[in-house]
Amino acid sequence: MNTGTLNYVKLVGLGLVTLFALIAASYARDLAYQVHMIIFMLVAGGLFLVTLRKTDEPASPIAKDEYFDSVIRAGVIATAFWGVVGFLVGVVIAFQLAFPQLNFEWAQGYANFGRLRPLHTSAVIFAFGGNALIAASFFIVQRTSAARLWGGNLGWFVFWGYQLFIVLAATGYLLGGTQSKEYAEPEWYVDIWLTVVWVAFLLCFLGTLIKRKEPHIYVANWFLLAFIVTVAMLHLVNNISIPVSIWGSKSVQVFSGVQDAMVQWWYGHNAVGFFLTAGFLGMMYYFVPKQAERPVFSYKLSIIHFWALIFLYIWAGPHHLHYTALPDWASTLGMVFSIILWMPSWGGMINGLMTLQGAWDKLRTDPVLRMMVTSLAFYGMSTFEGPMMSIRAVNSLSHYTDWTIGHVHSGALGWNGLITFGMLYYLVPVLWKRERLYSLTLVSWHFWLATIGIVLYAASMWVTGIMEGLMWREVDANGFLVNSFADTVSAKFPMYVVRGLGGVLFLSGAVVMCYNLWMTVKASPAKAKLGTAVPAE
Amino acid sequence: MQILSKHKFIETNATLLLVLSFLVVTIGGLVQITPLFYLENTIEKVDGMRPYSPLELQGREVYIREGCYVCHSQMIRPMRDEVERYGHYSLAAESMYDHPFQWGSKRTGPDLARVGGRYSDDWHVVHLRDPQSVVPESIMPKYGFLENTIIQPKYIGELMATHKFVGVPYTDEMIAAAEADFRAQADPDSDYDEMLERYPGAQVRNFDGQPGISEADALIAYLQMLGTLVDFSTFTPDASR
Repeated sequence: MNTGTLNYVKLVGLGLVTLFALIAASYARDLAYQVHMIIFMLVAGGLFLVTLRKTDEPASPIAKDEYFDSVIRAGVIATAFWGVVGFLVGVVIAFQLAFPQLNFEWAQGYANFGRLRPLHTSAVIFAFGGNALIAASFFIVQRTSAARLWGGNLGWFVFWGYQLFIVLAATGYLLGGTQSKEYAEPEWYVDIWLTVVWVAFLLCFLGTLIKRKEPHIYVANWFLLAFIVTVAMLHLVNNISIPVSIWGSKSVQVFSGVQDAMVQWWYGHNAVGFFLTAGFLGMMYYFVPKQAERPVFSYKLSIIHFWALIFLYIWAGPHHLHYTALPDWASTLGMVFSIILWMPSWGGMINGLMTLQGAWDKLRTDPVLRMMVTSLAFYGMSTFEGPMMSIRAVNSLSHYTDWTIGHVHSGALGWNGLITFGMLYYLVPVLWKRERLYSLTLVSWHFWLATIGIVLYAASMWVTGIMEGLMWREVDANGFLVNSFADTVSAKFPMYVVRGLGGVLFLSGAVVMCYNLWMTVKASPAKAKLGTAVPAE
Repeated sequence: MQILSKHKFIETNATLLLVLSFLVVTIGGLVQITPLFYLENTIEKVDGMRPYSPLELQGREVYIREGCYVCHSQMIRPMRDEVERYGHYSLAAESMYDHPFQWGSKRTGPDLARVGGRYSDDWHVVHLRDPQSVVPESIMPKYGFLENTIIQPKYIGELMATHKFVGVPYTDEMIAAAEADFRAQADPDSDYDEMLERYPGAQVRNFDGQPGISEADALIAYLQMLGTLVDFSTFTPDASR
């Protein structure tokens, strides 16, 4: 089919979508659905006009002999942007918990903690982390396969389709469209849209691997491939629901009660295990060796820890459900596998850290490498803390408390955050063809702001978490409970302020990074042209 | 480690790598999730559980929409302090009609699994409007807009029909009478006997004390029934579970 005919097919498709969205917006039963259909209508209608104007014009040629880097540049910008947005919402809700007046009376139906918290978690995990992972996957798979990204402009569809998913999810939460499953809150049509985008992502990635010029598939790609496939499986199973009507956002989950809880935490823990761990390990396996200019420490260790990690992680979910109405056999399995999981997790950390063998001196001079190494240290710490908290006796104290929140953030801010910042500092000079970063001093500032922020965050949450756990269970000599629930709430106030300040530091670090990256593109000298072009195809 | 040298076979074949990774990650879920659907002691046999009445179901919708589960659990663990503070530990049977479950994962506020009947309707109205006025230490946001939002139960029957489709035992009669039952439960002057027959133990009151059925009416109706259904005098725990 030539591009002319293809354009007419596109026009018909986009026209139909615009029309359907218009009808749906007018029949809408709830605000979230109505706003979303208007968004769909504007996007499809806009694309319709653009396609129409381009019809019968000669298509601009694509440089097939170069890597497809424009989509990665967009991904880098999106990662930095959503990062700042996600951290900012995090700071806001941290202070809402310290000062409830910040749940403003005039914004009651839109910006109370209950609606902003999913906005924060989705923004940092899926918008910041997701964009970082897509950009990293596209960059790594092209470089290590010596091939241009498969699928032509499909890469752009993945990028923009994913941004649309983020906008739909975020506006949905504020307008009350949620199915209340943590980290999987978006409603049915948003889930369907994400599935379409994700399949396109898998095709781009796998297609590039299949047409690669290198005989072996590099280890980073194993992790990225496992991440893409597993997230697809988790997303599909956890979101099986029946829409009440096609004119509304509301749907009803197929699973209920104990089964639904098990499915949710099978999903929830593996959003951590595959999105935030396997995917980011893929990132680590490329960018740490690159930045250190050393090969990966051990090939054999990477084989063992890859298969062990992906096999074991999927079992860990039920440790979120200790002592609940989930049968004991299931939570015992979850605990046992969580503890075994400590080993492959540290296998990854050791493989990353030991990659610096012979290059440790670079930590003194290279703040970007320092950031990556610190992220591995936080990875090691939280993958020790996690198995420990999955032990029933520890969990009986830590569950339902702020300790869990602290644990999540030492992993998310420390491991995912810092490794992503490291990647951005590596990628921007490469993608915009600059000789170097604008300022290494600012990278050092970012490093310390972020690290101190994380320490304040994690330490304050350890204190409140363990304190409230102990206060809840404290009984006096006559067997009566000592503390009312409200006592534990007021006792946590100072630590909530410290946590908020930690968040402010982490956010300011990210803003410093954005300035530094911006100036790198604007003001850093361009890289002298190399004699030979990079061969791709 | 001779076997590791065979890994070359996998890492030179993208499709094989994809298929093997997928097979490896399916195992854990299959072992942990599927038995929960057929092992008979997963959900206890209890007396008193019934599907939510239309008004309670609507209240649950408000609970989900506002993200209450973000700060409140509905799952009492069998520890001494929790049983002392919140009541009998939660049973799987108590959430068997919850699509999706609302067990929660965090107690920024107290557990709500058995909050039904603990406070008066008036307390709930004032507490939703301004939590700090009744609990000074509270950090809960204000939800005063709920009592000003009047609900038209136009789609409640469809919502129940969808719940029926996924396995909640609503009868056709219940779905046909959904709108009438919705109104009857919030109006003590109504003819609510049939509604009570369909939903034994449902509480009939004007929950927010104001004319019209608001979201606060629905939410309080839901909160006031939480944890009140199961008859624990006839419940015997299964030791092997």
